[in-house]
Order: sequence, then C-alpha cells, then structure tokens
Amino acid sequence: MTLEEICRQLHLEVRAAPGKLGAEVTGGYASDLLSCVMAKAQAGFVWVTLQSHPNIVAVASLANLAGIIITEGMNPDPATIEKAEEQGIPILTTPLTTFTVVGRLFELGVPGVDDVSA
Amino acid sequence: MPQITRLHELVYELKIAEVMTHDVITVSPQTSMAELRKILQEHRISGTPVVESGELAGIISIEDLIKALAAGEMGVTVGERMTRDPVVLCADDRVVLAVDHFTRYGFGRFPIVDEDGKLVGILTQGDVTRGLLKKLEFEYHEDEVRRYRASHIFEDVVSDRTSIFLHYDVVARDFDHAGEASSKIKRALNHLGVSSQIVRRAAIAAYEAEMNIVIHTNEGGAMAVEVRPERIVLRAVDTGPGILDIERAMEPGFSTAPEWVREMGFGAGMGLSNIKVCTDEMRLQSPLGAHTLLEAVIYLDQERSRGESRGV
Repeated sequence: MTLEEICRQLHLEVRAAPGKLGAEVTGGYASDLLSCVMAKAQAGFVWVTLQSHPNIVAVASLANLAGIIITEGMNPDPATIEKAEEQGIPILTTPLTTFTVVGRLFELGVPGVDDVSA
Repeated sequence: MPQITRLHELVYELKIAEVMTHDVITVSPQTSMAELRKILQEHRISGTPVVESGELAGIISIEDLIKALAAGEMGVTVGERMTRDPVVLCADDRVVLAVDHFTRYGFGRFPIVDEDGKLVGILTQGDVTRGLLKKLEFEYHEDEVRRYRASHIFEDVVSDRTSIFLHYDVVARDFDHAGEASSKIKRALNHLGVSSQIVRRAAIAAYEAEMNIVIHTNEGGAMAVEVRPERIVLRAVDTGPGILDIERAMEPGFSTAPEWVREMGFGAGMGLSNIKVCTDEMRLQSPLGAHTLLEAVIYLDQERSRGESRGV
C-alpha cells in the first residue's frame, strides 16, 4: 500500500513533500519517544506521533521512514515543514487520535513491527 | 515558495551556443519556392535562415511555403516571401532568454548570430530540450563517477593504513540543528559506498550520540567518525558534566533528561542502549564532573558484524 492510498483512506492532509507519496509503506510504528522510533521503526514504515517539532524529520530521514502522520490536530512548526520538504519526508496531519489512526492503518493491512520479519 | 529545480538553474547557466544547432542549412534570396520545398523535405526541417553574401537577410518557414503553394506561386523566389530583419538571438545569450523569446513571439526557430551579427547557428525549442537533457545526463554521469571514485577510495589510495576522518561540532541545547551532524555522517557514508544496512546502524548510533551532547552537556561537544576499510569508529566527546553512574545510564529507560526535553520526545533513556545494539563494540568513559568519551565501532566485514542477525 502506498502512502497516497493511506492519505486517501484516512483523509490525511498532506503538509510536506507531496511528491514522495508514491512510496510503498512496509509497516507502521507509533510512539512519541524519538529513540524508540530509531530503535524499532524499520525502513519504509510510516510513523504515527503527536510530536511536531523539526527533529522528527531528522529521525524519519535517518531511519529511512516512508513518512510521518501527526495526530490530534497538532500543527507542525514551519521549520518542520521546511526541513521535511528539503529532505523529502512526507508530513501528513489529521485531527484523529493516534489510537484511531493506528487502528485504521491496521484495518488497511499495514503491519506493525511485531508482525514484520526483519 | 516555488521550488527551484536544477532545470531552472540550468536555463540560467547554459549559453545558447551550448545548445544550438551549429550546422545551419541556409538558402539564398534567389532560391525558388520549389527548391525550398526540396531542401526542407530533404533535411526534415520546417524553416531556414536566408543568407545573402554572408549576411543574414531574412528567414523563411514552411508556412510561407504552404501559402505560396496554395496561391500556385511556386515559381517565386524566397527573397520575395521571406520575413526580413528576423528576430535574432546572440550565441552568448543565456538559454533563459531564448525560452522567453519562444513564449513571447511564438516562432518555431531563431537564427543565432555572433557579436558581429554573423549567422553561427539556429535554435529550435527541440534544441533547448535536447541541450538541457544532455547536460542533466552529463551531470548525472559525473555524479556517478564521483560516487564510484569515493566508494573505491580505499582501493585507489595506497598506504599501510588508510583512514578518513570526519569531524562535526555539536552545540548544546540547539534543538533546531540537532541531528544535522548525523545526517551529514549518513550522507558521507553513503558516498563512500558503505552498505545501506550499515549506514542505517551508524546513523542511529550517531544520532543518539549527537542528541546526548545536545541534551546533556553544558558546552556542547564534537563527533568524529573514522572510516577504515574494515570498520567505522564513531567517537563523541564533550567537556562535561559527565555521567554519575554509567551502569545505570546504560539501562534502557533510565533517563536524567529534564522534563521539557522529555516533552519533545527526547530523553527516553534509550540512547546509550540504542548505540550498544547498533554497534559491534562500545566503550564509555566518563569521570564525573569531567569529559565524556564515547567510542563505538561497527565492523564493515560482514562475517564479523553482529548487526545483520539482530535485525537492526
């Protein structure tokens, strides 16, 4: 499933890097602790978080993630958007809570790290 | 803000002389329309400059030919039907001016002249597109060559022991630029041809080390990456305050980060254990009240590397 399809199904708003939505999403991970994301999220995963500061882009870029979904209507800083455009990391926003987003991703067949063989 | 692509830049960088067709097919004012038809057909072109005793006299296009054909005037000369004083461009002008001219005038081609007004080439929109693509391809190829050279540096440079040292300064509490050193390290390792799996491990270790300096130090610190043919050594050093209990600091989840840092998602107490998991050797020295020196090693020869089997 591509990020573009996920955007459509979950009605996410694309805030950065609309040109990178064609990436195949290989799984999902949810956490607001950056080190946990670094440790667990695999390349090609979509990351669900309510953090919105610029460092989330560095984390996603270093871990080769497909994109970031920012939940609960959190508004990403302008610096976050700018960095994300620069590094080609899609930023998607939604008023939904993390729990709901993850549930819907799971329904769409996006697996978690526990169900993906490394 | 609209993104400026390499293509936009090239339009401003390239000169018309670099993309135009040099070998121009020309006709003279005395050429008949019937002859012109043959010339256009033979060379598969849709127009040509008209030259009289070495000077550009005008331009004639397939449209002029069709009009003459419709009027049954194939006997008339090019000189009678050509456009005199055509709009020209200079070989030294930038391609952006040509792009502007094509839009403004709607012509299919422009004669190109040198400083003395002498005809030196012709430019169509096809020439512009081809020229830009060729240049892009050339740059892409150059980039590939550069990458190839970088990744073969250890074979090309002969010494008893070759190391590449990369140094990065890290500023304390600067969360806006935090992670940039790690991004640069990741890019450098990619350039050096290190496998993506290992680059990822090194990037994670570098990021955690960098964030530790940003979050915990008083005066910031530095990171050094040593790349050798068989290993990557990451060193992170700062001037304090040091770590009270290294053993506890190594425990996953143990954190001394202040609350405001944790609210940003940092300081999860996973940093040092993440580094340990991602690397093959890790050493930490930190006399309290003094410097902290972290050294982590990743093996580049696959057999000795533990990372692959741990699914990092």
